Amino acid sequence: MVLDVLIDGETHRLELARHGGGWLCCLNGRESALDASLVRPNVLSLLMEGAVYEVKREITPVGLHFWIGGEKYSAEVYDPRSFRTRRHAAAASDGVQKLVALMPGKVVRVLVPEKSQVQAGQGVLVVEAMKMQNELKSPKQGVVKRILAAEGAAVNAGDVLAIVE
Amino acid sequence: VVTPMFKKILIANRGEIAVRVIRACRELGIASVAVYSEVDRAALHVRKADEAYCIGPASARDSYLNVERILDAAQRSGCDAVHPGYGFLSENAQFAQACQDAGLRFIGPTPAAMKMMGSKTRARQAMERVGVSCVPGSTHSLEFAEAARVAAQVGYPIMLKAAAGGGGKGMRWVGSAEELRSSFDAARSESERAFGDNEIYIEKFIKNPRHIEMQVLADEHGHIVYLGERECSLQRRHQKVLEESPSPIVDAELRQRMGETAVRVAVAGGYTNAGTVEFLVDQNRNFYFLEMNTRLQVEHPLTELITGLDLVHLQIRIAAGEELPFAQSDAHIRGHAMECRIYAEDPDNNFFPSPGKITLLIEPSGPGIRTDSGMYEGWTVPVDYDPLLAKLIAYGSDRRQTIMRLERALGEFFVGGIKSNVSLFRKVLRDPDFMTGEIDTGFLDRLLSKPDAEPQEKEYAHIAAIAAGLFAAMDQNSQPRAIAENAGPWRKKSLPVSRNGTSSWKQAARLDALR
Repeated sequence: MVLDVLIDGETHRLELARHGGGWLCCLNGRESALDASLVRPNVLSLLMEGAVYEVKREITPVGLHFWIGGEKYSAEVYDPRSFRTRRHAAAASDGVQKLVALMPGKVVRVLVPEKSQVQAGQGVLVVEAMKMQNELKSPKQGVVKRILAAEGAAVNAGDVLAIVE
Repeated sequence: VVTPMFKKILIANRGEIAVRVIRACRELGIASVAVYSEVDRAALHVRKADEAYCIGPASARDSYLNVERILDAAQRSGCDAVHPGYGFLSENAQFAQACQDAGLRFIGPTPAAMKMMGSKTRARQAMERVGVSCVPGSTHSLEFAEAARVAAQVGYPIMLKAAAGGGGKGMRWVGSAEELRSSFDAARSESERAFGDNEIYIEKFIKNPRHIEMQVLADEHGHIVYLGERECSLQRRHQKVLEESPSPIVDAELRQRMGETAVRVAVAGGYTNAGTVEFLVDQNRNFYFLEMNTRLQVEHPLTELITGLDLVHLQIRIAAGEELPFAQSDAHIRGHAMECRIYAEDPDNNFFPSPGKITLLIEPSGPGIRTDSGMYEGWTVPVDYDPLLAKLIAYGSDRRQTIMRLERALGEFFVGGIKSNVSLFRKVLRDPDFMTGEIDTGFLDRLLSKPDAEPQEKEYAHIAAIAAGLFAAMDQNSQPRAIAENAGPWRKKSLPVSRNGTSSWKQAARLDALR
């Protein structure tokens, strides 16, 4: 299989094929043989040229991350043949943007009404969790299309609270 | 006369400390009763206890601070004692009294001793009477005019503190006479709001002191011992973050002087059970009484590791009327211990709390490692309480080995799905000042305000890329559809519907085994 993998914003072309009990991998044109074992959900033990790596996968409402030896890498995986994923990737940088609750909590204030103009970085809602308040800011300049949570509402991590277009 | 031990103990707490006490109960053959709020049904302490009762909604005021509901649960379940843990009702003399009135032993000091130590000004007065030196300042509550006089007398800068205070609330640093008025009013109203009490007193400000505390243990037959100090200077916003024992600056002679002073403090307060006397220590190793904590401390495992004692066992035995099973001359310290408080907070975002679901949890183990934890994989950390998840404690033959072990264990530790402060400890343990023991209460602020060294080139981006692809490729094999297709003979059976919550798969396997 062929994949485009974005690690910390940098694209890598990755080809993977099963080989014997392990895998053949070609990363950015460089080939190597490796052995991989999913030792428990979200934990991959990787053997490459004699070296052992343990990779932890973390899936949160804000994205996909991999941890190796205390270092954290953000990641996105695309099938280069799929038009849909590319279009999706492009849409993420402009167009409609969602403001997502990063943790469960309570909406304590809505700072701007629907239909109002906002600047990039302007606060839209304030969410309180564990007695601390966190302002959710607009990622872009635009119009607040929808406010999806009222003041006082309890929200879960990953809930969409507002849409900016 | 041998007093019969308790049969059943209610633990009026949650999180790692409730689990800690439940474990001690089980070791002693005592049944344990947990209490929980509506959001804590799935919490670890509920899972570990023998019995559990819901005592109200999420808000601590309505549950873990709800004396009536807690006592009701204790009586309904037939408990004969209550362990308060730390925080919540642990230092509330009225709760201790209410337990006593309800015929339950409160595992801690008497209400009178708690009341005296609970008021910082009354404690200071008592210490003055028995000749224990406090930080210079006032020994009673002040009005503004008097405060200005005392402040001028001890010399600026000074600290304004709430008599009922704790955790840095109602506390103000005042650099000069001009600032006194506004700080005084602010401290007063903050104290009023936080503790319902507006008593304010003054202490001379000691720049970058160390915060060192002494563990004491007293039975109800007049025996009292001290069990060595704990160095608690690493604090952020007056909250301890990392503690160790022994302190790098305390030698046998100073330990004995501090220990004997702590014993004097406890005797003056008519103290029984486990308690901690906190001292400020200045740069010349002069120590001043700060306050006495009338409960088990978060960091009590340090003392357990270097003395070989179990403080919770001893607390329970003392409350049951037993005598201390050893004398001061039998208490020795050996080796070194260090504790990291693992919080659900984001060190990269001003330590903002980070509740949520723990999607992956790998806890360290191996030589010299102890974890006291209240979390598990799959559990959702609620938003309603203190974000302490667990304590990682390392023990070694000396300070150096302990630091190396702790660093190794931190490397094994992984909490996924939420943010934790694990990375902060790596930074602390590698700091040259920390390694040589040059620490004081300003250490952590200084460390955190240092600009990060050159952002290091990450080493493993290529491994991350390969792993991302492998996870994507290998996960296809774990799709539910694939499992069903490969399940073979199981597919033909109609799986029994589970009624007791165990999975149908497990039941099918059991059916197979029975055949």
